[in-house]
Amino acid sequence: MSVRLVNMMHSFLSFIGHINKKWYIGVDKAVEYILEMRNITKVFPGVKALDNVNLKVRKGEIHALVGENGAGKSTLMNVLSGVYPHGTYTGTILFEGKECSFKGIKDSEKAGIAIIHQELALIPSLSIGENIFLGNERAKKGIIDWNQTHVQAIRLMQKVGLKENPATLVKDIGVGKQQLVEIAKALAKNVKLLILDEPTAALNEEDAENLLNLLLELKKEGITSILISHKLHEVLKVADSITILRDGRVVETLDKHRDDISEDRIIKAMVGRELTNRFPKRTPKIGEVIFEVKNWTVYHPLIEGRKVIKDVSIKVRRGEIVGIYGLMGSGRTEFAMSVFGKSYGKNIRGKIIKNGKELTINNVRHAIENGLAYVTEDRKSAGLILIDDVKRNISLANLGHISKKMIIDENKEIYVAEEYRQKLNIKCSSVLQKTGNLSGGNQQKVLLSKWIFAKPDILILDEPTRGIDVGAKYEIYKIINSLADEGKAVIFISSELPEILGMCDRVYVMNEGRIVGELSREEASQESIMRCIMQSIKEVV
Amino acid sequence: MQHVKDVFKNNIRQYAMFIALIVITIFFQILTKGTLLLPMNVTNLVLQNSYVLILAIGMTLCILTGGNIDLSVGSVCAFIGAIAGTLIINMKMDVGLAIVICLLIGIAIGVWQGFWIAYLRIPAFIVTLGGMLLFRGLTITMLKGLTLSPFPEEFQQISAGFIPDVFKGFGTNLNITALVVGGIISIIYMIFQIKKRAEQKRYGFEVVVLPLFIAKIVLVLVGINLFAYWLAAYKGLPIILVLIGILVYVYSFFTIKTVPGRYIYAMGGNEKAAKLSGVNTNRVLFFTYVNMAFLAAVAGIVFTSRLNAASPQAGMNFELDAIAACFIGGASAYGGIGTVTGSIIGALVMGVLNNGMSIMGIGTDMQMVIKGLVLLLAVAFDVLSKNRARA
Repeated sequence: MSVRLVNMMHSFLSFIGHINKKWYIGVDKAVEYILEMRNITKVFPGVKALDNVNLKVRKGEIHALVGENGAGKSTLMNVLSGVYPHGTYTGTILFEGKECSFKGIKDSEKAGIAIIHQELALIPSLSIGENIFLGNERAKKGIIDWNQTHVQAIRLMQKVGLKENPATLVKDIGVGKQQLVEIAKALAKNVKLLILDEPTAALNEEDAENLLNLLLELKKEGITSILISHKLHEVLKVADSITILRDGRVVETLDKHRDDISEDRIIKAMVGRELTNRFPKRTPKIGEVIFEVKNWTVYHPLIEGRKVIKDVSIKVRRGEIVGIYGLMGSGRTEFAMSVFGKSYGKNIRGKIIKNGKELTINNVRHAIENGLAYVTEDRKSAGLILIDDVKRNISLANLGHISKKMIIDENKEIYVAEEYRQKLNIKCSSVLQKTGNLSGGNQQKVLLSKWIFAKPDILILDEPTRGIDVGAKYEIYKIINSLADEGKAVIFISSELPEILGMCDRVYVMNEGRIVGELSREEASQESIMRCIMQSIKEVV
Repeated sequence: MQHVKDVFKNNIRQYAMFIALIVITIFFQILTKGTLLLPMNVTNLVLQNSYVLILAIGMTLCILTGGNIDLSVGSVCAFIGAIAGTLIINMKMDVGLAIVICLLIGIAIGVWQGFWIAYLRIPAFIVTLGGMLLFRGLTITMLKGLTLSPFPEEFQQISAGFIPDVFKGFGTNLNITALVVGGIISIIYMIFQIKKRAEQKRYGFEVVVLPLFIAKIVLVLVGINLFAYWLAAYKGLPIILVLIGILVYVYSFFTIKTVPGRYIYAMGGNEKAAKLSGVNTNRVLFFTYVNMAFLAAVAGIVFTSRLNAASPQAGMNFELDAIAACFIGGASAYGGIGTVTGSIIGALVMGVLNNGMSIMGIGTDMQMVIKGLVLLLAVAFDVLSKNRARA
């Protein structure tokens, strides 16, 4: 009905538009917003998470929402989708011109708003088809029509470019494809506004690329999207407008066609200061070779006979930051974990040499005792004990240092934790605060503290800046630099090219379980690294 | 002051349960017209619940490793009772030697179950459910379905005996030994607290203000000595109370202060992270279950002694009492959260409820209903207060 009303208004306006063209344009612009959030304020005990936020999203555009962690992006989206029900915030929400008062997610879904969270809400043990229609089953009187489910699932999967059997279980497909299932699930509900919270955080570049193209595809079909992302190059690629949040307020909204947009400008608005250099400067003081891995071969732990790591050899010098660049699935994490006390894989062969002596490392304890540290890429599920406080997390890998005859000196533990809190600038109420209540960047600092406290000579950092904001990244980089300056050897694994180029003294390029290139700082560039990967693919074919 | 606040926040559940215990005690003290806290009844209360207290200690550790429970402990208690009966009554074996054998068999049972749980990673629920049937069956086979009784005086003393009064009461009706032990514990407690405070100051940490510190010590000292007086007014210190006291102290110390204890919490908090930090989680899980079976053997001996019989039906539902005590006492069903003292408080809450209701003449049927509700409400309180803290 409202569509007809708008049409009528249109013809009426175009008639009087002759009389006052200026006025007509003004009104026309007003009706093309699919969403308007006006003066939204949301207060938590002690914190104003959102302060008078205004957000206008045009129909059919891709609107990016950027800001540091804690800037209020997720809170704003939770207000919109009804996670925080009407009445717990102040301000008004207009969706398709109508004022909304959502009491829960069900309400917002009914209106045509779907939110896809960072942590996917799929059920691994159910099939793709079942997941797509979860809570929205193709059923008559409560009895599921499997044929309809199947047929419609295939149609939706085609739409999102997912080539799989709808009967395949979700746990058997990769993260990239799972993301597509989530989108198909949203489309099944006739979504008009799609909200994606960090959709590419867990994807490799190829899958991320596909996802972004899909968004552009959906845009052509008239679906509006709000994209929350830390990856600014993605934002620049697809977004029509960008709203930047800082400390719960809107800094500015940029329009692709009107404003001059660059990463630097966005970063400046996000952090509120000029970040002249995203990577802190450092003069490397590189010493002798301290750590070597030779002819390292690892087999898959479950699939018989599949080689995951093939004859990899690397070496690291004292005071050196060595990058391992590889896409997800290139074997970088598997390599690092298999070196770190055989935490991954089986039938592991090869040599580990430290200071010229060959080591036999059979478990994590050995690895730690021999001066190795591995900072996992997955801090929540494999790095930290989120229900424990900061101090217990920091001390866990080196309890020997704070105990005598197996008895822990808790005062010493607090003292040590306090030292790291100050040194790494961890923002927490005290070292007795629960780690789970900290922001991503601060959690990462706790994880780093834990491994620095383990007093390693060789640090393997696996995606140390994943999912944290620009400001915190800079601090982590500084920490990494200072570790190298202390004479430690750092192995820096990342799938973000700028980071590898900005931080590393030397870069190994990894693909399909092999080292396919070794480049010095001078040689390394986006092109040269990509060339290594392309060449290796050709060689294999 | 932030430190102190965080400490309080992290332990709010325990304080709440402790307060609940006091409230429930006062409530029944009034309803039973003072019978509940009669010196004789207080002693009884301890004896009656001794086996649950012992089992709850072990169960706490199991739950800490990741919400794992042990369903076999009741059957293990009965099995150990049957062995004790066979050895002591039928074979006339020396009581001391028989107890040692019983404890060793307990450990062997733990090795058996721990192997399946920790190294083959069969869910603890399944392995111990199997153990529950297995050991009950073995008990009945061994006793041929009959009850063995009576045990010699020596064996009965484990649960019925009291530490003899070396001072012979000095002409009063009081057991002076109990009072002296209370006094000694008070002094040790005071010294520990003062040392701890000095240590914290040395590190430059914030400490609780002096009046509050003194108030806390005075409160605890009054509590200890009042309890000692109560025991002294009846027959003195029950042997079993000394045993439980030692167990609670040792296991609290183990979980809070030692490296292996910390590993148990770490494993329950996040097993992957613990593994990547160098914790041998298989070994942690294995020893937790060996320990549980060992404590089940201890509880089995104590219970058999109290019953003065080895019965095929002994130990029914003990596992449920122990599990309930842990959850009432603040343990998390997902692991990583909970304390030994918390579970002891949980067990005492159940014990006081049982005892109070029995004195009032409420039937066991209604007692079960009320205990069930208490368990549900205690955990609901926990979950809801956590939700509120998050929002």
